[in-house]
Amino acid sequence: MTTVLKTENLKKTYHFGGLVSRVKINALDDVNLSVESDRPVIISLVGESGSGKTTLAKVMLRLVEPTAGSAIIYDQRVAGEGAKPDKREFLSTVQPIFQNPFEAFSAYRTVDAYLQRTATRIKQLNAADSVMAMEEALASVGLKYADVRGKYPNQFSGGELQRVSIARALILHPKIIIADEPVSMIDASLRMNIINLFLSLKQQYNTSFLYITHDLATAYYVSDYIAVMYRGTIVEFGNARGILTRPQHPYTQLLLDSIALPNRKWERKRFAASDIETKEFQFEGCRFRNRCPLAEDICKHQRPKPVVQEDGREVYCHFAEKTNIQLESIK
Amino acid sequence: MIRLNNIVATYTTVRGQVNAVDGVDLTLPSGKIIGVAGESGCGKSTLLKVIYGDLAYPLSLKSGSVQYGFDGSNGYEVTTRNIQEYWFKRISYIPQSSMSSLNPVIRIRKQFIDFVGADRRKKSEMLDEIRAYVKSLDLPPEAIDAYPHQLSGGMRQRIMVAMGTFFNPDIILADEPTTALDVVVQKGILLLLMDIQEQMKNTILFVSHDMGVHHQITHKMLIMYAAKVVEFGDSDDVFEATLHPYTRMLTESLPTIGDDHVREGVAGRPPSLWEDLQGCRFAARCPLVTALCRTQEPELIEHRPGHFAACHHTEKV
Repeated sequence: MTTVLKTENLKKTYHFGGLVSRVKINALDDVNLSVESDRPVIISLVGESGSGKTTLAKVMLRLVEPTAGSAIIYDQRVAGEGAKPDKREFLSTVQPIFQNPFEAFSAYRTVDAYLQRTATRIKQLNAADSVMAMEEALASVGLKYADVRGKYPNQFSGGELQRVSIARALILHPKIIIADEPVSMIDASLRMNIINLFLSLKQQYNTSFLYITHDLATAYYVSDYIAVMYRGTIVEFGNARGILTRPQHPYTQLLLDSIALPNRKWERKRFAASDIETKEFQFEGCRFRNRCPLAEDICKHQRPKPVVQEDGREVYCHFAEKTNIQLESIK
Repeated sequence: MIRLNNIVATYTTVRGQVNAVDGVDLTLPSGKIIGVAGESGCGKSTLLKVIYGDLAYPLSLKSGSVQYGFDGSNGYEVTTRNIQEYWFKRISYIPQSSMSSLNPVIRIRKQFIDFVGADRRKKSEMLDEIRAYVKSLDLPPEAIDAYPHQLSGGMRQRIMVAMGTFFNPDIILADEPTTALDVVVQKGILLLLMDIQEQMKNTILFVSHDMGVHHQITHKMLIMYAAKVVEFGDSDDVFEATLHPYTRMLTESLPTIGDDHVREGVAGRPPSLWEDLQGCRFAARCPLVTALCRTQEPELIEHRPGHFAACHHTEKV
């Protein structure tokens, strides 16, 4: 089995403020994820803003140095102590797609210049081969090189430009693409085109994806694995379909209950809002404890260890068995 | 009741003029939450700006008028020109980004007083009143003593809702008020807004591109496409007995949890409003398109009582 992605006790601490009032935020706190597979997989990373999902992506992309721990992508050690992957090899394994394509491309350069550079600099192709590579990559996202050549970002719609940025990543035939909120800026009618593209690239090119999103519905649609994050910690990790149809961590349950669905109406019950976000990052025990209906004394002092369930998922909760029973009784 | 009389709203740019809202003619009922949906650039935010009377360059009202369903304090008719005098008191606006609406270096209570203060009462009295109101919404009253950055995004947006509803205005315009927020926070704010509306019976125009949100909170739905209204009616009808293929596409294109059907996106994109548009504006992307659609523009017709649609082939949808 190949290790698609593995993190070991990954930690990242940010410091804010000056000398007087210094705030420490543990954006990632002991994150342990492990996905092994011989086939390409799509792994979703979901959670609220401030849950640490973008920080995790940045660590994987070597944009942020972790405070402690390490990360491995396709048997390459990419982050942590002593991680010095060969730059060209690293870039041919891991490629990013960002949230806003209009910010990813400069407004003053033609977009094909980015593709050209990727082909000549990283893949080291000559001029003729690089045109071939661009044609192939653009064709696989449903665009024509002739239509893209010489155009500036403002001449594309958001959906088209996001395709171009996917094509740029594909030139290198990466093993995994890290996509940070790739569809949140794109209109509903065009969103599914991009999501379906991920599925077809997974089959055609054997590309894996780390799909970072707050949209649980699209995560359900594409992913094989899902990791739910809360305030820098993983709360539930495992098979995507299993977790999203039968959530076991109280936070995942709250998250799923809060989605505005077009086919089921909410119960009209107001609930307390969390207003101590920054404090929650420093909680010693479970970080969800002050919003959790099951919280007891142990949650205050002890960080929950992952409890492995029958279907292989890991639930980070002291009362994982209890939530199971709760769900059964509802049904 | 808000009456929109054939509104055409125009942006003036260096390239010339472009109609972002092109002939909207509708009567919106009072005391309802009316959802406005559509893609970016369809004119939904511009329509809200026109109703709010926020007509500053480059936006202007080329033709048409808005009747607000109430008379001015001096007996004159209220129009988009003088609606500004009634801002907050009778019509209010809840923006998407609370961070760019609140002044970052002034405490929230001062900003609250700034607009309440028009009737020049004692400051302490006003503050008490504000605190009592904030408390009645189950929000912590001490939140108004903070600077905007000290509050979480969700709490800031709740404060914006409190500001927007303080005077119990007849009309509340909300432009994607929860788009930047997480689902859990979003649900809290929407439930708050629904509770307020149930008590005060305001008319709320709620813009969002999230059809799930619309399904949760709205009584009426208004769907826009390329500067035109394509469907308008009771939310239950619009969602369940859809008349326009674009609405169907909006409600069915996105996946839901537990449903393993393959979802297809829609090819193409909305037409550029700069071009001389003929026929139905959705024709290029419509699965039901016929020759008629490409030449003749469908009018917004009442197909069933209270349920309007602009499509030649509603029976096939």
